[in-house]
Amino acid sequence: MSRMRQDANVAEPRPLRRKNPVLRTRRPTLPPSARSRIALGLTAAAARGRLELQVCQDCDAVQYPAREACRACLSDRLVWRLQSGRGELSAETVLHAAQELFFRERLPWRIGLVHLDAGADVIAYLHEKVSAAPCRVRVEAALDRAGQAVLVAVPDQGRSDLSDDAKLREMTCDPRGRKVLVTDGKSPLGQAAVRALAAAGADLVWVGEAEPWKKAAGFEGLRALPQATIVPLDVTDSRSVRELAGEIGAKVDILVNTADCHRTSAVAARRGVEIAQLEMDINYFGLLRLAQEFAPPLKARAADGSASATAWVNVLSVFALSNYPPHGTYSASKAAALSLSQALRAELRPAGVRVINLFPGPIDDDWDQLVLPPKITPAAVAAALVEALKGSVEDVYPGEVAQDWCARYLDNPKVLERELTEEAQ
Amino acid sequence: MARAAYDDVVLAAPVTVPYVRYSIRGAHWFLGRALARLIAAAKIPKTRIDGLAAASFTLAPDTAVGLTQHLGLTLRWLDHVPMGGASAIVSIRRAARAVQGGDAEIVACIAGDTNHTDSFRRNTAAFSQFARDAVYPYGSAGPNANFALLTAYYMRTYGARREDFGKLCVAQRNNALKNPLALFKQKLTLDQYLNARLIADPLRLYDCVMPCAGAEGFLVMPRQTAERLGLRFARLLGAVERHNAFPDDPVQYRAGWALDRDQLYAQAGVGPEEIDFVEAYDDYPVINVLQLEDLGFCGKGQGPEFIRANTFEVEGTFPLNTSGGQLSVGQAGAAGGHLGVVEAIRQLTGQTLGARVADARRGLASGFGMINYDRGICCGAVVLAAA
Repeated sequence: MSRMRQDANVAEPRPLRRKNPVLRTRRPTLPPSARSRIALGLTAAAARGRLELQVCQDCDAVQYPAREACRACLSDRLVWRLQSGRGELSAETVLHAAQELFFRERLPWRIGLVHLDAGADVIAYLHEKVSAAPCRVRVEAALDRAGQAVLVAVPDQGRSDLSDDAKLREMTCDPRGRKVLVTDGKSPLGQAAVRALAAAGADLVWVGEAEPWKKAAGFEGLRALPQATIVPLDVTDSRSVRELAGEIGAKVDILVNTADCHRTSAVAARRGVEIAQLEMDINYFGLLRLAQEFAPPLKARAADGSASATAWVNVLSVFALSNYPPHGTYSASKAAALSLSQALRAELRPAGVRVINLFPGPIDDDWDQLVLPPKITPAAVAAALVEALKGSVEDVYPGEVAQDWCARYLDNPKVLERELTEEAQ
Repeated sequence: MARAAYDDVVLAAPVTVPYVRYSIRGAHWFLGRALARLIAAAKIPKTRIDGLAAASFTLAPDTAVGLTQHLGLTLRWLDHVPMGGASAIVSIRRAARAVQGGDAEIVACIAGDTNHTDSFRRNTAAFSQFARDAVYPYGSAGPNANFALLTAYYMRTYGARREDFGKLCVAQRNNALKNPLALFKQKLTLDQYLNARLIADPLRLYDCVMPCAGAEGFLVMPRQTAERLGLRFARLLGAVERHNAFPDDPVQYRAGWALDRDQLYAQAGVGPEEIDFVEAYDDYPVINVLQLEDLGFCGKGQGPEFIRANTFEVEGTFPLNTSGGQLSVGQAGAAGGHLGVVEAIRQLTGQTLGARVADARRGLASGFGMINYDRGICCGAVVLAAA
């Protein structure tokens, strides 16, 4: 039976053809990733979905490309600041020849020169909805398949998703037409993720189920989704992970790791390490077991046509950034998972498979009962997950609390640690 | 303050190491052959060369310093000129002052590059920090992309047509057909030009210079030295250079020549109307047009009209790039800017390889180089006169 569906919720669906299995599987190529260290500030902001350029703290001149000294006053006080990206497309071209294999395999490419209202001139990819030069545009930062920031100009007015553009779609991990594994579909968050991915046009969602004897409210309802297929998966059991990978590993395009164990445990609140070990077994070793079995087939299929393997998503926690003492051992397990995800990201990068980390704040569930609002709903985290896949980011902080923690962390991690310690008392 | 004149500084011994599309040789080989040809042409021992200005993209990890030992030169004046297509003009300016001041007597100005099958990609990928950070990741098209943007902007702003650029390319090809060293040996029709393979819209194949291997060279010395050696020479009347002009223009539609042309002609003591031929830097035809405008042969934006009014062939009106230019001879890396100077010396000394402009008394050669990010940074021009 063909699994191709035309989902009514999806605007302008493009046919996504899976590769003929008889043909050679193409090896992934990447756009050039070499950058100077100073230019990586653009990538750091793009990873969070922001366009930031250096701004001179002495004369306000906006700089591009990244510099070590202000082009106007030579000050070295250049700070990355959020930009509107608005400007005028001065000139454009369509490239029909390229030197790097990645671009050669995907010709033609439309690029242009944009004069930002802020005063800098940038070379950017042009979204297919951008009209002919000259015209008003808005420049956004995106991550290319090498995980490096590139600039993309979209029309000044209205919404233009990267995934609406046949070529720029590759800078996203759009779940439409793809096969997704959600490692734990039982939790409220897992269920919300399955529903959101199905609504976003995923071709098939494998829903991992551990401990099938345990009933979970709402879980049975997932069986009614035509896209959902429930599969046994216990991330604490190496054999379970290996068996599932053997069965579906070569078909998974996106892996969403929602498996999570959350016990509210301060360090000295109870004796013994069993609870902390359980948290680590799911949150850290679970990720490691999944990575060992599913990362190799994901890498192997990263260039497999328009529905290639494309992303690995970890639902972490904002507690991974800095320990929240009332949830001390949980925070530690999520910090361990964050660290491991960086290694996984490095290993998947040569194939162009993106690792996306979600750092939600406290979720409105039983384990965060005593955390004061605002709290984020599982559905909101799931929506942020889908948005992250359809966009071009690596790190997502969904919800107000997560945004707040992230801002405090970026401002000064030691101050945040101190604040969290105070809150705990 | 008026700049000092270049009295009695002359250029002699124009040499070319024949171009090839690809070579297994290193850059040192091409530069070594250029130097060998220079001393043969001047009939002097190698030891008479006491100054060297060298330009090359593929010499790394060496610079001009490495060349001294590699080629066995003991020098009292040495300059490495990493300015691409502007290197010839800049070398002349440096060498002329050295010769005037007595810091050197005979300066060899050489430029050359090798071209392996993957050289061009490697060079463009790491051309500059800005290019690596902010251009190459956008399609890896190298200068084709930059000049496509410039050309598109120029066409839209000043009403130039593809046929206008085509006319320049066809005329240069006709000039090249008489130059035995030109790599392109077939006639180019306007139809072929217009219908060639698209490279970067609006640029098609014959808008784009062909990278190749080769070298060019000439000597700068006092007039008395040239006369003593019995060399035919061209006099240096004026020279200017400018780097990063008009940085606030959103798109490069003019370059430093527009700032410096009055000084150039004042120093040379001649105006643009007294120039008999022009060797413009021509890696893409649009840059020819910018030079014609910025150097005062026509007004800004009048390039298309000027093109329609002239033939640009050696025997026609306004002889331009008389050896065929880079577009028809080939672009041997950093030698691209030396090509025009060497041809200008040949024209003014009656040593042309191909056709000679009748009664050529004064010529202008200009250079342009280094697409560091979104525009060419270095530019310059010289006015030369027959002895």
